[in-house]
Amino acid sequence: MPANRFNGFTNYGIGIGLRSPHYHHILTRKPVVDWFEIISENYMVDGGRPMHLLDQILEQYRVVQHGVSMYFGSAEKANREHLRRLKELVKRTKTPWVSDHLCWGSVDGRYTHDLLPMPYTFEAARKTAQKVREVRDFLEVPIAVENVSSYAEFHVSEMTEWEFLNEVVERADCGILLDVNNIYVSSQNHSFNPMTYVDSVPAERVAQIHIAGHSKYEKYILDTHDHAVIDPVWKLYDRAIQRVGHTATLLEWDDNIPTFKEVHNEALKANRFLAKGVLAHAV
Amino acid sequence: MARAVMHPLTRSENMSGTAPNGERMKKYAARFIKPNDRLTSFERLEIYNKQYWFRLFSGMIEDFPGLQAVLGNRRFDELCKAYLQDCPSRSFTLRNLGRDLEGWLKKNPRWAGSRQAVAVDMVRLEWADIEAFDGKAEPPLKPEEVAGSAGANLRLRLQPYIQLLNLHYPVDTLVLKIKRLNEDTEFSSNAFRERRKRKQVQAIARLKPARIFLAVHRVDYFVYFRRLEENEYQLLAAMQQGKTLGQAVQQSLATKKNVAPPELAQVAGWFQNWAGLGWFCALKGNRSRG
Repeated sequence: MPANRFNGFTNYGIGIGLRSPHYHHILTRKPVVDWFEIISENYMVDGGRPMHLLDQILEQYRVVQHGVSMYFGSAEKANREHLRRLKELVKRTKTPWVSDHLCWGSVDGRYTHDLLPMPYTFEAARKTAQKVREVRDFLEVPIAVENVSSYAEFHVSEMTEWEFLNEVVERADCGILLDVNNIYVSSQNHSFNPMTYVDSVPAERVAQIHIAGHSKYEKYILDTHDHAVIDPVWKLYDRAIQRVGHTATLLEWDDNIPTFKEVHNEALKANRFLAKGVLAHAV
Repeated sequence: MARAVMHPLTRSENMSGTAPNGERMKKYAARFIKPNDRLTSFERLEIYNKQYWFRLFSGMIEDFPGLQAVLGNRRFDELCKAYLQDCPSRSFTLRNLGRDLEGWLKKNPRWAGSRQAVAVDMVRLEWADIEAFDGKAEPPLKPEEVAGSAGANLRLRLQPYIQLLNLHYPVDTLVLKIKRLNEDTEFSSNAFRERRKRKQVQAIARLKPARIFLAVHRVDYFVYFRRLEENEYQLLAAMQQGKTLGQAVQQSLATKKNVAPPELAQVAGWFQNWAGLGWFCALKGNRSRG
């Protein structure tokens, strides 16, 4: 499913997250990169250096927007100011799709700035899907929801995480940003088989895939995006590509960020799996 | 869960044993969070509670390094904790985390103790720095737009990103020093940098009050602090308030006790500098009708 209605019928390859330590390298060396993912909130400002840099990047590269605070799972309505600014940015970047997380994080207008896990209930799925639809209708661009890493599970949950994800995306008729690192992290924290998760995702809805590194502690794993991708995560990626086909893939590296070359080379390792995926889907 | 996540950590940066509603946090967490074979409900909730505070603290440290230097680490941490409890984030972006800090600090002076005045000045400057960094810019005024216009009735608008400050301490010097120290990471170890920073803190403690007037502005997308004469500041502030040129000049250049009125050539020089820096916005039909 390289191009589908959830990623604006695009056929993007391997991208990396646009991060400030790399601005200078990108703008002076102009490396060949298929696309960059930006954190929308970093550019929802009125002007200045962030917008100037973004405009320079947009002159030469394809950009896709990824948000961190829409909180589809929060009970309250989407913040109007947030939506207005996000739509302005969508017009500026011409992003083929917008992604944000399947989580909650705000209550009564107070923001935690974290990606808090959802209770996997039918009621929560219904409300979350409704909000995804409202946001999509306002932005007039396809939406992909991303599965998050989690460290807690709720007694009230009525289904597994992947069943909940499927319930939401079917009800909202939206896409999925499948984060295979998040699947791995959650599988270790909650003791489930990550392959079952990957195998359960509706392949035709996958708009994009995230890969990343994480940190292992004594009793749990934290999604820190500060390391290279480990082999078990590549295996999940391999399986996802076998099922989904050649799909826009992005490496996230947000802390202890190494040189641009190192990050890009790590991302390009995805090529060997993408090639296999193309063959598998060609047969 | 949100109340528990935002509940303050203990002094040793662990989750409190008491829940927001007064009951035992262990019992509170166990009511809605499942334990697993490695972590109790309390420990699982604690991961989110810690992440919340660590994330917000690092936002405050990033935005207010000058305030941290003025107060010292321990007092700064206590101030942030109290501020974030009273004014939790109400914005979708962490960029706005410190927007209520000045007002809050003025109402709660005990958190800065004897350094209240310098702390308030520092917060004002550091917030102005943030506003100037990504504030809106409009097309600059072109000379032909004002040619032949009735000067006194002209209403000149300053660029929205320009922040004008009158301060009681020369805190701009300290902020610039801290910025330089933070940029110096390639050439010095953390320990060396921290030692230098501590010295700067001691220096600020000895700072004597000195009234300064500042424009926080940008050139080529970089933020600069420009010291202003008092009259120069008054004139800019009046124009920022929407006064016509005539009103602004009358209001700001009126002779005050112990302040000599500026020479005409000096005022002309100011306008030349401001225009050169692109501080005036294009008129777009905003001339005053009189």
